[in-house]
Amino acid sequence: MNADARPSVKPVSSAVGPLGAMGAVFARDVRVAFRQRQDLLNPLLFFIMVVTLFPLGVSPEVAFLKQSGAGILWVAALLSVLLSLDHLFRHDFDDGTLEQLVLQPQPLFLLILAKTAAHWVLTGLPLVLLAPVLGVMVHLDGNSIAILCLTLLIGTPVLSMIGAIGAALTLGLRSAGVLLSLLIIPLYIPVLIFGTGTVAAAAEGAPVAGYLALMGAFLVLAVTLAPFASAAALRISLSNS
Amino acid sequence: MAFESFSAFIAMEGHGPYVWTCYAVFAVLLIGLMVQSYRHHRAVTSACKRRYQQQKSTVGNRPKPAATFTRVEVSQD
Amino acid sequence: MWQFFHKLGSPKWFFGIATRFMPWLLAAGAILLMAGVVWGLAFAPKDYLQGNSYRIIFIHVPTAFLAQSIYIMMAFAAVVTLVWRMKLADVFVKSVAPVGLIFTFLSLFTGAVWGKPTWGTWWVWDARLTSMLILLFLYGGAIALDRAINDEKSAARAVAVLVLVGVVNIPIIQYSVEWWNTLHQPSTFKLTEKPSMPAEMWVPLLLSVLGLYCLFGWLACVRMKTEILMREQKTRWVRELIMAERG
Repeated sequence: MNADARPSVKPVSSAVGPLGAMGAVFARDVRVAFRQRQDLLNPLLFFIMVVTLFPLGVSPEVAFLKQSGAGILWVAALLSVLLSLDHLFRHDFDDGTLEQLVLQPQPLFLLILAKTAAHWVLTGLPLVLLAPVLGVMVHLDGNSIAILCLTLLIGTPVLSMIGAIGAALTLGLRSAGVLLSLLIIPLYIPVLIFGTGTVAAAAEGAPVAGYLALMGAFLVLAVTLAPFASAAALRISLSNS
Repeated sequence: MAFESFSAFIAMEGHGPYVWTCYAVFAVLLIGLMVQSYRHHRAVTSACKRRYQQQKSTVGNRPKPAATFTRVEVSQD
Repeated sequence: MWQFFHKLGSPKWFFGIATRFMPWLLAAGAILLMAGVVWGLAFAPKDYLQGNSYRIIFIHVPTAFLAQSIYIMMAFAAVVTLVWRMKLADVFVKSVAPVGLIFTFLSLFTGAVWGKPTWGTWWVWDARLTSMLILLFLYGGAIALDRAINDEKSAARAVAVLVLVGVVNIPIIQYSVEWWNTLHQPSTFKLTEKPSMPAEMWVPLLLSVLGLYCLFGWLACVRMKTEILMREQKTRWVRELIMAERG
């Protein structure tokens, strides 16, 4: 009998690296979301409905919609992301998965980065893909729609990243939804300003590369800093309950 | 003195209502906040004191047991 | 050095110091603020552009000043809470946040009333007014979060995280609001920046800023003492202190 044929035992510590764990968290979140498709659809429906309210509530005139279409779409996207944030940690908190996540050997902020990335892919990205259709409905021209989608593409991940902090802070509280909006909306203002400002600048024919670079800087800042804040907030909320 | 008379001081050349509203709201809120903070402090202090005195009197009225255990509280401050 | 640091964290030590300093803070604050306000209202010369309405500046600027610096102080205390878990830092953030909220509101209110005779409208989406409004939201969020969490310790730490995130965002918010303002309002309304304010104007302004700082110090002391009493009422030193007090 050959001694080399023994099944080798992997040391536990090297079983899953940080990247592997991030991939696993990401894949799990996507899989869970696709089992509850209604949760995926709700923010999108909300997005469409909020945009519909503006022509009905303010004015269906082409001139008005052309001028404020980008702002309407941005505000609606921001609100839909805000609405979906409550789900980011809620289910995992209720069934105890979150506690397991915190106990993992891999650094928590990386796992949260993966979770937030999954949240963006499941809510932010669909919003970006839906934006051109709604852009046509509010009479934006082709160039504006392209720029709008680009700003949404860069901006919605920032919304998810900052939102994760708020979701982690309000985890397990009674009036979490309203409180979450209260905490997070002030922090969303720069993204909103630059998102709509870029489209406005493009409509006037100004070069937008600089604005887009600035939004990219927001994104880098959010990706590097926000997960740490979310991780700290998550630990506090879990020690509280 | 930047004004000729007291009525000129009150009127401030038509800007009086604005200036005086500002100062009134400022005074009311600032003094209100200070009074409220101070009163709250007094209320909490006297509530504490009442509780301590109550504890003391109940301890004093209790029939004396033959032997006592003393609980030693170690303050960490 | 470390001994001093530990002392600083001790509620008992703070309680004694605060009790000793409070009368001085109150007296200095009241005198300075009164002097600044009376000087500004009655004796300072009137502004040749804005007339007498500019006299609002003697309360507008101090409240705005305090509103911003209180948030920054809260951020420093938040770092102390998160890193060293010092009790006093929690107490400071919790006691001082409502004061900051009220000062922010006051600066907004006085700014709005000042805007009416100067710009002809109560509210202008001016960069500074808008940033102040957002600061008001930040204060509101911190207070709401503190109220929502029952456990004292986790409330303090959660608020600390929120305040830190807010303080990182404040420069970004101010920059973007500034940019947004130039985009939407090509120099129609601009607060006139005065490079050379005469001494008759800035001395009373300085006095009232200092006075309000002292009054803020007094407010912080009272409110922190109250909070310490509520948290530490089971300890022996609080019992001895209160029983020794007259009245």
